[in-house]
Amino acid sequence: MMLSKNLTQSLLRYTSNGAITKNASSRGFHTSKVLLAGGPSTPINYPSLEIPNAGETQKMNLFQAINNAMDISLRTDEKACVFGEDVGFGGVFRCSVDLRNKYGAKRVFNTPLCEQGIAGFAIGLAAQGATAIAEIQFADYIFPAFDQIVNEAAKYRYRSGGQFDCGSLTFRSPYGAVGHGGHYHSQSPESYFAQTPGLKVVMPATPIEAKGLLLASIRDKNPVVFFEPKLLYRSAVEDVPIGDYEIELGRARIVQEGSDLTLVGWGAQMKVLMQAAQMAKEKLGLSIELIDLRTILPWDVECVEKSVKKTGRLIISHEAPKTGGWAAEISSAIQERCFLHLESPIQRVCGYDTPFPLIFEKFYLPDHLKNFEAIKKSINY
Amino acid sequence: MNSSTYCKGTGHSSSKQDFLRGYASKSGDIQVKFNKFDTYLCDGPANQTTTNKDELMTFFTDMTKMRRIETVADQLYKKKLIRGFCHLYNGQEAVCTGMEAAITKEDHVITAYRDHTFMMARGATPKEILAELLMKSTGCSKGKGGSMHMFTRNFYGGNGIVGAQCPLGAGIAFTQKYNNTGNVCLTYYGDGAANQGQLFEAFNMAKLWDLPCIFICENNKFGMGTPQKRAAAGDDFYTRAHYIPGIKVDGMNVLAVKTAGKWAADWCRAGKGPLVMEMDTYRYVGHSMSDPGTSYRTREEVNNVRQIRDPIEYVRKLILDNKCATEDELTAIEDAARVEMDEAAEFAIASPFPEPGELYTNVYKELVPVRAVEMTDTLIVVVNQQGNKQQQQQIKDIILFGGMFIIFILLICLFGPLKNVQHHRSNITAAEQQQQQLR
Ligand SMILES: Cc1ncc(C[n+]2csc(CCOP(=O)(O)OP(=O)(O)O)c2C)c(N)n1
Ligand SMILES: [Mg+2]
Repeated sequence: MMLSKNLTQSLLRYTSNGAITKNASSRGFHTSKVLLAGGPSTPINYPSLEIPNAGETQKMNLFQAINNAMDISLRTDEKACVFGEDVGFGGVFRCSVDLRNKYGAKRVFNTPLCEQGIAGFAIGLAAQGATAIAEIQFADYIFPAFDQIVNEAAKYRYRSGGQFDCGSLTFRSPYGAVGHGGHYHSQSPESYFAQTPGLKVVMPATPIEAKGLLLASIRDKNPVVFFEPKLLYRSAVEDVPIGDYEIELGRARIVQEGSDLTLVGWGAQMKVLMQAAQMAKEKLGLSIELIDLRTILPWDVECVEKSVKKTGRLIISHEAPKTGGWAAEISSAIQERCFLHLESPIQRVCGYDTPFPLIFEKFYLPDHLKNFEAIKKSINY
Repeated sequence: MNSSTYCKGTGHSSSKQDFLRGYASKSGDIQVKFNKFDTYLCDGPANQTTTNKDELMTFFTDMTKMRRIETVADQLYKKKLIRGFCHLYNGQEAVCTGMEAAITKEDHVITAYRDHTFMMARGATPKEILAELLMKSTGCSKGKGGSMHMFTRNFYGGNGIVGAQCPLGAGIAFTQKYNNTGNVCLTYYGDGAANQGQLFEAFNMAKLWDLPCIFICENNKFGMGTPQKRAAAGDDFYTRAHYIPGIKVDGMNVLAVKTAGKWAADWCRAGKGPLVMEMDTYRYVGHSMSDPGTSYRTREEVNNVRQIRDPIEYVRKLILDNKCATEDELTAIEDAARVEMDEAAEFAIASPFPEPGELYTNVYKELVPVRAVEMTDTLIVVVNQQGNKQQQQQIKDIILFGGMFIIFILLICLFGPLKNVQHHRSNITAAEQQQQQLR
């Protein structure tokens, strides 16, 4: 058999990496056991965000946390309504399950299959003062709605000189790789939207933050595009406060403090980065500062700046292709602010500049090994 | 004796197909009648046609193969050999079979993601279809498209975004008119897709320029879990392009489909502009493999359609009633289809995956530098105990894949005794070599 060693190695990676198994959740830690060849032998411990005075909690996975946020929104705001394809039945990812029973079909309803229409309809609804929570079934299907979101929603306030806006509008949409989604069930389109002043773009990484950030997005007075990591809908489980709380938009979270290198990401990528950070600690004795951007636009440049001035090294990682991805913006802004503090070039560990692949997903993704390599390269620079 | 076969089946799943016996005339022609077509802004063809043994046997064979390839796809999916999404066509076979019989291979076809059987109708081999399904390099799209993205001569896919194919169909049809080819384009979409704005933009262009485009709404009654009536304000899909004539067809009756299809193709070829056809059909299986297809409809509903309107059973009955073949002969055709598809599946399983370098090809016409690979010039494979266990389990599954994994297994055996964590720096991959050459 004339298989090259290279191909064999690649296949080894395709087949031996990354089966994310069922989660064990323990209080204070957002634990997912990731079986990765080459990963640290211990499970990844991703610290749960502390919500001050949170009160009672309940075990929830990420879709339940989203459901809980919408439930609170519908309960506390009589103008709130939730709609989208199959949303009345609970949605394909169960995020809106039971909401129609609770709040009625006038406030929680199915739309036909028409993303551009859904988006424009949502803008009109919000312009009338309603709190519109629209679901686009997959982030890959948001492109038919792109015009409405980018040209209409984002510019409504500006072009009317403040007379009209659709600030009470939130688009929710599941994004990202799940291991088998192929071209149209895997993409991460955040940077297309992040180049649009007038929009906010939010991407949570844990159930607790998903709930708090979604409530903040729904109540924010600007249109928000909220991308949910569908990989984590079921697999991420935490003790989520059942009460009403918000997490401020535009603020990053320092997930883990460290002194040697700053690692920045968002959404599902955070677990991968935590794993790379743990690997760097175990194998190289490095102390990595891990930052979850959480809000992509407007992003928390001060937080990253402060961190990089401390560590002198920066790596940014996302699933979307490298060229024109949001890492490029972060890299550029930090280089402007931290030039004399940098010990090594800023690196971007991202998806390749190809369509999201069906067969080569494992190879394409910026996994913990690629991030670990980048950390080594930065340290050895 | 009466020389016509009357089949009543158009319209509702509850109406019983009521066969009267039909007899072949001396010439071998068989007269068949079916329910009147519902039409809009046109008269449509007569509700009868002439068929013969050869045609019926071809329909039976083709549709049997289609049903079988979907069964095999289902099995392969359940063995976890298929990634991406996978949508099956069971129940709808008469639509693509009848329409294909109404056109020539020079005509053009485009559809959505429920595309395996369209490939067969267009002449692709089961091997290249199943290989594509398993993402193998021998597949019709080199393994890069998968279930939803199959393509072959004069078949433009295989499209994953609902409704996106409709304006493309109009564009393909425009070319036929512009170049005077006399060919038509069949543009398929679903009852769910019928609510996408793009379709109406395509309708308008097609009528404005009188393009030879046949818009075919495969009304299988559901868009995922949503019944057609809950999504469409007007669900007479054949009347929905109000300035384009339309016809509603029993999509479970391959002869009705072919009759209407021939009439429609003639209409377009005569320069009369586009048409809308609504195919009254039904999907037996769930929307995709993750949908059991039972939460939004009853099992009885599905069983009823299967029993009363099944497109293959309809042809079987015609064949038997007209003594075109014996039951044994039909069983032999079914057996042959099973063997053919099993062989195709074996071929697909034994075929290699594409080379990693294929990740970078076909992005642009030229092979352009793919950014972001720089940091992967060392590829680490760390084998630890945990990894080993997992790999061994996978070997068990993968062994079925055939010979290409032998090397893989050897590699594992090689690393097997190494209990502690190790790093293996590989050479740069083939793809990255290409990259380096480009730099
Ligand atoms: C733009 C877009 N929105 C949503 C989807 C998800 N989706 C895939 S198929 C489908 C239902 C389509 O139903 P229909 O057009 O009736 O075709 P059928 O599946 O019945 O063949 C939906 C909502 C998608 N692929 N693309
Ligand atoms: Mg349908």
